[in-house]
Amino acid sequence: MNWINNVVRPKIRGFLTTKRDVPDNLWVKCPETGQMVFYKDLEANQFVFPGSEHHERMTAPQRLTHIFGEAEPTIIPCPSVPTDPLKFRDARRYTDRIKDAKAKTELDDAVVIAEGPLDGVNVVVAVQDFRFMAGSLGMAAGEAVIAGMLHAVTRKAPFILFAASGGARMQEGIISLMQMPRTTIAVQRLRDAGLPYIVVLTDPTTGGVTASYAMLGDIQIAEPGALICFAGPRVIQQTIREQLPDGFQRAEYLLAHGMIDMVVHRHKLRETLVRMTRVLMRSQATKPNTSAKAQRGMNGKAYRNGSAIDNAPENAEKTALIAEPVPDQERFDPARRNRDGAGDASGGGSVTEAAPKKPQPRV
Amino acid sequence: MPARSGRRWAGAPGRCIGPRETRQRKAHSLEHKVPVRFYLDFEKPIAELEAKVTELKTMAAGEGGVSITEEIKTLEQKAETALVETYGNLTPWQKTLVARHPERPHCLDYVNALIEDFTPLAGDRYFGEDAAIVGGMGTFRGRSVMVIGNEKGSDTQSRIKHNFGMANPEGYRKAVRLMEMADRFGLAVITLVDTAGAYPGVAAEERGQAEAIARSTDCCLKIGVPIVSVIIGEGGSGGAVAIATANKILMLEHAIYSVISPEGAASIIWRDSNKKEEAATAMKITAQDLIQLGVIDSIIPEPVGGAHRDARRMIKLAGETIEKSLAEFDGMSPEALRAHRHDRFLKIGRQVQ
Repeated sequence: MNWINNVVRPKIRGFLTTKRDVPDNLWVKCPETGQMVFYKDLEANQFVFPGSEHHERMTAPQRLTHIFGEAEPTIIPCPSVPTDPLKFRDARRYTDRIKDAKAKTELDDAVVIAEGPLDGVNVVVAVQDFRFMAGSLGMAAGEAVIAGMLHAVTRKAPFILFAASGGARMQEGIISLMQMPRTTIAVQRLRDAGLPYIVVLTDPTTGGVTASYAMLGDIQIAEPGALICFAGPRVIQQTIREQLPDGFQRAEYLLAHGMIDMVVHRHKLRETLVRMTRVLMRSQATKPNTSAKAQRGMNGKAYRNGSAIDNAPENAEKTALIAEPVPDQERFDPARRNRDGAGDASGGGSVTEAAPKKPQPRV
Repeated sequence: MPARSGRRWAGAPGRCIGPRETRQRKAHSLEHKVPVRFYLDFEKPIAELEAKVTELKTMAAGEGGVSITEEIKTLEQKAETALVETYGNLTPWQKTLVARHPERPHCLDYVNALIEDFTPLAGDRYFGEDAAIVGGMGTFRGRSVMVIGNEKGSDTQSRIKHNFGMANPEGYRKAVRLMEMADRFGLAVITLVDTAGAYPGVAAEERGQAEAIARSTDCCLKIGVPIVSVIIGEGGSGGAVAIATANKILMLEHAIYSVISPEGAASIIWRDSNKKEEAATAMKITAQDLIQLGVIDSIIPEPVGGAHRDARRMIKLAGETIEKSLAEFDGMSPEALRAHRHDRFLKIGRQVQ
């Protein structure tokens, strides 16, 4: 660096130069474009890469800040469960793996439950953290989801789930599989109580989680580009040995195939949730939240050092995908594929045309 | 069959068949024994002995004069002992192979033998018909029932027709349709589970495999009629849970039920597909393990040498156990049945230590 580094012995060097704490994640590389982004910029932009609009995975605490902003949510303690029901061990003990994951993430397990106000409406939120053993669904995570849903029932609050999971936790074997019906029971309790259950599918949501509570929401939202599937692309490729279609199992693909209600840009996510919970809970808007802070989605953090923030609202405007109707030609229709295409296309058109001609009922 | 069958009941719910009981069972002779055409690798010594017996028998029949009945008898005894010995100590991986045995009785074998006036019903009313899940209504020992099961097929043609028992979303949506119908008409539901898992294909994903499974599980938990589920072969992950979320889950002695196949677990967790035997053991997939974990309610013992050696006896015993299980829910209200199912599943795992 300078001449002194070359001359002075390493041990003495410590006294001369002041040590600077450089976090290892100061710069983050966009997986799509390879562009380097300053971490603080990325954080201020809700972990959406400016330019490529790639939605980076969020940790549970980050997600809670994203949703609740300055309003501190109450973390609902999750019931403690017997760990390691199978006394499982592969190369290492399962209990050791859990210990590591706990140390790394500072979480108890892959699911965090919180309760807080979402623009006046009290909601219970469950967030799955992909860092904790790939957000896998084991006994602890299952119990947390159940506890969260039952808590929502007692509080008569809507339940919002942010799903992110690699699927069932293999190390818990059949017990992890049993979380599928178990969590479904809790979903039914929400339904019986007449409470909205909104699922936000984030990257990635796969396997047993998708095949149970994460697909049973009243409203299914996905973040742009999120991988959402039952069997992973690799498994399918191995089975069929063919090239998979472009964008296969991505959020937009699911939207086109009628599996989800909408793909929402992260900048628009909060307001979408607010709007929907208000309508579903039939609660009037307290006041339109048009403050600059809310619009920017700054999570209350006034970091104004990067260009990303200033562009954020505009970007969101341009890229947000909200319940765009899918044209008939783009929909998957095996009948059209098999039979002659013209007949079906006109058939679809004629339905809409015929509608107004319907004879009016006599009064 | 002699009066033995009474004693050989899978017994009261929750009762595990211990090693001693298994040994007692072994004493019986195999009345409906059918010649096995397909031997598993670990059955080689048995195969050799049995081949020798057949050889000697033909020889005896041909020559007439020389008496080798004694020798045949000893050899038969030996083969029998070897069979009893082997099947008394199956490893989880060997059980996996038995559960997948091509000659093992499949769903339709049970349906044809147990259900009178079985009327198959087809289609999910949305997209198509999936033969991997068969279903229909009929009479089971004086009771109107709806039967739903995974059918693997028994020869190349039928295996292809039934997609090797791996269902597409239509199969699960059909199951939902049939369960809802059963609910409307107050029919008890019997499900026979035998699948490696839901089919992992592009079209299946496109049409919402995950959603179809989730809705099917949801429906199982929702309906107000009793559901009794029998895992007759492989209980493969979500594809099995979708129709196995029942009031009572019975399992055949050598069946398996798992979140992932041992091969899959080996390649994912051990990153070595040769570790499948280790994975099978570690994953706790056998009926004997699952009853300890409270996942299943009772084990239906299989004839010595597995269900495929005496399918008729196996099916009869399964039928008796199903009948007894269904009778337990007689007179229960729809709400009580639903609550029973909810409690049953919420309990799982909480008491394990």
